Amino acid sequence: MSFFTDPRWHEALTHLPDYLGNHVRVSVAALALGLLISLPLAVASRNRPVLRSTLLGFASIVQTVPGLALLALFYPLLLALTALSLSWFGVGFSAFGFLPAVLALALYSMLPVLRNTITGLRGVDPAILEAAEGVGMTPSQSLFTVELPLALPVMMAGIRTAAVWVIGTATLSTPIGQTSLGNYIFAGLQTQNWVFVLFGCASAALLALAVDQLLALIETGVRVRSRLRTALGGIGIAALVIATLVPTMARSPSSYIVGAKTFTEQYVLSALVAQRLRAAGLSASTREGLGSNVIYDALLTGDIDVYVDYSGTLWANQFHHSDIRPREELLTELKAILAQRNITLLGELGFANAYALVMPRKRAEALGIRSISDLVSHAGTMTMAADYEFFSRPEWAGIQKAYGLAFRAQRQMQPDFMYAAVASGEVDVIAGYTSDGLIAKYDLVALDDDKHAIPPYDAIVLVAPKRAQDQALRAALQPLLGRIDIAAMREANLRAAGNDGTSSPDAVARWLWEKVGAK
Amino acid sequence: MPTPPLIAYAHVGKSFDGGRVQAVSDVSLEVAEGEFLAIVGGSGSGKTTLLRLANRLIDADSGHITVEGEDVRAADPIRLRRRIGYVFQNGGLFPHISVAGNIGITPKLLGTPAPEISSRVDELLDLVRLDRAQHRDRLPHELSGGQRQRVGVARALAAKPRIVLMDEPFGALDPLTRDALGDDYHALHRKLGLTTVMITHDMTEAILLADRIAVMRSGKLLAQGTPSELSGSADPYVGELLHTPRRQAERLKVLLPPDAGDGAA
Repeated sequence: MSFFTDPRWHEALTHLPDYLGNHVRVSVAALALGLLISLPLAVASRNRPVLRSTLLGFASIVQTVPGLALLALFYPLLLALTALSLSWFGVGFSAFGFLPAVLALALYSMLPVLRNTITGLRGVDPAILEAAEGVGMTPSQSLFTVELPLALPVMMAGIRTAAVWVIGTATLSTPIGQTSLGNYIFAGLQTQNWVFVLFGCASAALLALAVDQLLALIETGVRVRSRLRTALGGIGIAALVIATLVPTMARSPSSYIVGAKTFTEQYVLSALVAQRLRAAGLSASTREGLGSNVIYDALLTGDIDVYVDYSGTLWANQFHHSDIRPREELLTELKAILAQRNITLLGELGFANAYALVMPRKRAEALGIRSISDLVSHAGTMTMAADYEFFSRPEWAGIQKAYGLAFRAQRQMQPDFMYAAVASGEVDVIAGYTSDGLIAKYDLVALDDDKHAIPPYDAIVLVAPKRAQDQALRAALQPLLGRIDIAAMREANLRAAGNDGTSSPDAVARWLWEKVGAK
Repeated sequence: MPTPPLIAYAHVGKSFDGGRVQAVSDVSLEVAEGEFLAIVGGSGSGKTTLLRLANRLIDADSGHITVEGEDVRAADPIRLRRRIGYVFQNGGLFPHISVAGNIGITPKLLGTPAPEISSRVDELLDLVRLDRAQHRDRLPHELSGGQRQRVGVARALAAKPRIVLMDEPFGALDPLTRDALGDDYHALHRKLGLTTVMITHDMTEAILLADRIAVMRSGKLLAQGTPSELSGSADPYVGELLHTPRRQAERLKVLLPPDAGDGAA
């Protein structure tokens, strides 16, 4: 199979109208909002040095915040605001997806627009300003007929920079629930689908280039007073916006949305749930790449309808329990806690995806390490790697406390890379996942948790409060409960980590259903 | 026969930078209707400030200024400026607006209907001797310095003002262009019955164009009067200013045969 006949190109294309449409919508809305805020501020501050430097300072600081962090910060902020608005006015709004993405991106677009508008306006020859005054213009006539037109080329350069930044940064809005071209990149990174990563990057770059060129066309059109060019540029932008609005309008609004966190297994499981819903005649779509905390809140507020979580994760992270309970007891307790929040714990899928300390089997045997207790005396000379959240999770604190573990160094890695890193000896130990197929592939071994410091992590299906009484949903998902054992999930994960046409989450989910549904 | 002055300054003072720079101090000066007054002085003499006080581009600290009998402080500055023509140094044309647009700007601000502005623009182009078809739609940077200043004059005259203020209008032009433009403007001044106040640092230009000359130095009005009145002044600075044109005139008389006409200065 050659690079170009890879079926994943086709799969990527089928997502394009949805991803591109959402990407353009969020970018255009953010840019429009950014301009709406920045332009008047720039005009108002052009002759006020204190306001000017305050504004530029603020915008510069915003710019130094990494895009991903800025987007992530808006989510809890809006969550708090919506709670406030709900208690004061009885009206809430969704803190998920579109709104936080637009606000964060708008903020991000401010610096180039502010700076260039101020520079452009201040660059107007004082003799021209005096002439405007002298022929009898009011300050606003001077602004609109003389200052802004003369500053326009510099302003447009700023707007074009902002547009390119916003379109690029919008790919990072996937983890806060806004579908974008970033969905390709995040999904591709998680499932090692480089076709998707490439497709996502290329389409975002092409979009940015196209918008930049259309804006350039408007700019030169205005400058050389060519109505044709200005109109062409304007029509181009308008066409882009309209084209991306149409497919979304046509989509049925009543569809179920299945959430997925940021790793391979979640992509496969969300695809499986969506497939089962569709098989039952319901329309369903997936919303992938959501952060652990984002996804729970999204379910609570009904932004997504269903997703798979893990008992220990909810127990320790969401509800902040530090005690470790036996599996059954923890599940019962968790079910009660969730019920208080009107979230339905539909049931367990049948496997657990626990954290485990993992190292190469041969090395473990050579050192005589079978359990975490055996590891303690070697840890001082070893380096450990884990995913981005592990070291700040309560489970790690629990393990450290129970065993007195202290490694020479700790590193954070993309989950899919850390297995290869430990297999190659780059690091000595990793915090892996028990359901991960790569453990077998790389001949690794999961160390025994002999002091029971790691809580159980049964995969459980959660249903949003608004779907609590939804019998069709329950009936469609019932056949999945208790059917997926650890071996099946490991193999599915291994398949999904492959790098060919059969490794897309959808294909793996179909394979998994054939395997477990036929039982 | 004494007519009331069209512009009158009475004990006018103006300082900048919180009083540290006294640009104009205690100046009293009257400009009669139909008069062509030149204000002469070096840089920093306060002559430009004095001019700007008349249409309230700058407000005076002390004293009174009346234009057409009205105290300018009581006038709306925007409307005041629209009824006074102003010619800027180097033209002051709006670089992104066509010649026609520049000329028609004040009528447009006054709400004059577009067809009327358009015919007025043509009329003014004729008046300042620019070819309509050739110049109407050009941008200022496509014109020569002299052409730009002609457009500047046309723009100042567009709203049919009685008063025209000129801030070193011909200073940056080559001598030939400058001479031609000066003569053309002088003719317009007569023909349209304008009252003109022109700033210049060039005494020769002032003598050739103006009815009366006011000499400024360090914010003070040193002397005023017709050229012949000024030549009787005992002030050494006025004498110094008159020295150059006198010497030039003498040398020209020697160098040029008298029957060659009464052409260039």
